[in-house]
Amino acid sequence: MFSYIARRLIYSIPVLIGIMIVVFLLARLIPGDPCTAILGEKATPEACARYNAAQGLDKPITTQFLIYMGNVLKGDFGNSIRFSRPVTQVLVERLPTTIELSMGALMLAVIVGIPAGVLAAMRHNSPTDVATMVGANIGVSMPVFWLGLMLEYLFGLVLKDTPLWLPPTGRLSAGLASVPFFEAYGWAVTEGTATYKVLEFFSNFYIFNSIITGDWEVLNDAVRHLILPSLALATIPLAIIARMTRSSLLDVLGREYVRAAKAKGVPHRTVIAKHALRNALLPVVTIIGLSLGGLLGGAVLTETIFGLSGVGRAVYEAITARDYPIIQAFTVVIAVGYVLVNLIVDVSYTYLDPRVRLE
Amino acid sequence: MSASSKLVGQGPEILDAERLGKPASLWRTTARRLFQRRSAILGMLILGGLLILATFAPWIAPYAPDEVLIGTEDVKRREGPCIHLLGCPEDRPQHLMGIDGNVRDQFSRVVYGSRYSLVIGFVTVGIAIIIGTLLGALAGYFRGLVDNLIMRVMDVLLAFPSLLLAIAIVAVLGPGLINALLAIAVVTIPAYARVMRASVLSVKETDFVSASRALGAGTARILFGSILPNAMTPLIVLGTLEIASAILSAAALSFLGLGAQPPTPEWGSMLGSERNQVFTAPHLVFFPGLAITLTVLGFNLLGDGLRDALDPRLGRGTKIEVV
Repeated sequence: MFSYIARRLIYSIPVLIGIMIVVFLLARLIPGDPCTAILGEKATPEACARYNAAQGLDKPITTQFLIYMGNVLKGDFGNSIRFSRPVTQVLVERLPTTIELSMGALMLAVIVGIPAGVLAAMRHNSPTDVATMVGANIGVSMPVFWLGLMLEYLFGLVLKDTPLWLPPTGRLSAGLASVPFFEAYGWAVTEGTATYKVLEFFSNFYIFNSIITGDWEVLNDAVRHLILPSLALATIPLAIIARMTRSSLLDVLGREYVRAAKAKGVPHRTVIAKHALRNALLPVVTIIGLSLGGLLGGAVLTETIFGLSGVGRAVYEAITARDYPIIQAFTVVIAVGYVLVNLIVDVSYTYLDPRVRLE
Repeated sequence: MSASSKLVGQGPEILDAERLGKPASLWRTTARRLFQRRSAILGMLILGGLLILATFAPWIAPYAPDEVLIGTEDVKRREGPCIHLLGCPEDRPQHLMGIDGNVRDQFSRVVYGSRYSLVIGFVTVGIAIIIGTLLGALAGYFRGLVDNLIMRVMDVLLAFPSLLLAIAIVAVLGPGLINALLAIAVVTIPAYARVMRASVLSVKETDFVSASRALGAGTARILFGSILPNAMTPLIVLGTLEIASAILSAAALSFLGLGAQPPTPEWGSMLGSERNQVFTAPHLVFFPGLAITLTVLGFNLLGDGLRDALDPRLGRGTKIEVV
């Protein structure tokens, strides 16, 4: 098992280097140069030459890439051209927003999608089944940005003076602040150190942070803010998971061991829960892993609509502003996350299906 | 998949088709199965309607898509829908979907938008299928270094969330509908390359390919004459489903301002330019989005139906219904 994980990690290195090369080249192929983007009117050839020399942009592109790789291995992603701050700092601030959003969406998709699929399969060809599948088909067909805007309109305006009202934008209401847990507990950490950055990173998960500090008002507010964007982002994976669960369970229910279990008098529910579902979940887990890429892509749109400053929106804005370091670092982080999640999915097979041996 | 194992578990109709050895009968079987599925019929109806809208747009739309109504009609900017049947006074001009931010008839723009969505779907998938199939066929046929090189590049492309990669490519090429289409085509190439490679690998070892090689057929002839036709089924299914996601991605790019540019009546772009008005003029967001949803739904339903009809091994749900 461990040798398998180690080998998979080693195999993913060429892919990750490939990703870094692609991103590095793509970033440099974007028309326009950072010098004019940053200096604007003042960008005389001399000023640009000075600027490029200071940023290392005057060296040959291969040298630039090697220097960049060396720095990345040291954990240094450089400074954001647009924010003039270390890229890691921007990551610390923005990554938690996106992870919180994606986790919220994924949880919603799994918690609603799997039972919906099971229900549809158990009542195959019944109105419940048809309704679920019609719903799932519509779900995969809706553009995330349209659904998001419609949810904003429905919950933010139409239901305004009802208990169902939900805040349409942002992560917290005005006037509320999430106090980082390490400050709330009065831990002595110096700003700027690696420890501080790690603690700050975790404290930017508002829900996690408010649970730890026991700040129920912030928790309630943060959860309410998360519902609409999660709902918008969850719809497509939810529909896919429901469909996959249904078809996979239907397939398994026709197998002989299920018939055998029924024949020996195992109650219907137990057959479904213990014999069928566990076997049916294998392809569902694959789909969950694969939908993560879609979630991150959808995060660009969801974050734009719901005014959340997360990674997806940061990449989009960095591309339009030619902020190379941000584009490079964030894309690499996303790709690494993607590779890791797929590894976790593969490893989880062994728990779901003991016949699967990882070699 | 060898020929013998392919026969196991398939319905008698397929067995007949294979015994007769006429490819046409397989297509007839497919068509018959397609028309047995209500969802596939619904999908075809939606797409048929869309095709009619796109073809006869100038006759269906009461106005030109870029006709500004200032001075010609007494309408206000972002005015809501006025439908005579639903009680809007007869002396007011009828606007089924209201007026947009530039005082144009929203309904006419949505109708003309159908042309763009169909072109976007077919062009992107067309480009991606041609390039992806070729790459996959080369990788699967020659194996070794070619295979490794092509498939590792595909791996790298697949490691990015597709929308982000498409955004990056558009940023390189510059915003615009054509560039957005190219970007979406590029990010969907790996899917076709993988499917094609897998098909080639399985078909390559069959006897009829060996036979045609023994008869002296060249590489190109074997690839395109023997292997490709036998690998078409998954490509058709994937293609239909990918049209749906291509339309969604193109709409998303246009929504972000990277695809079709105003005043093009493209649904995603129409939605994007009015998105800040969702609280004041929801009709301007609602109708283009509904149009996208219906179109994508049509392709998804048809794609699902085709998958079940063409390949009973994939459509577990159908198998139970057929038996």
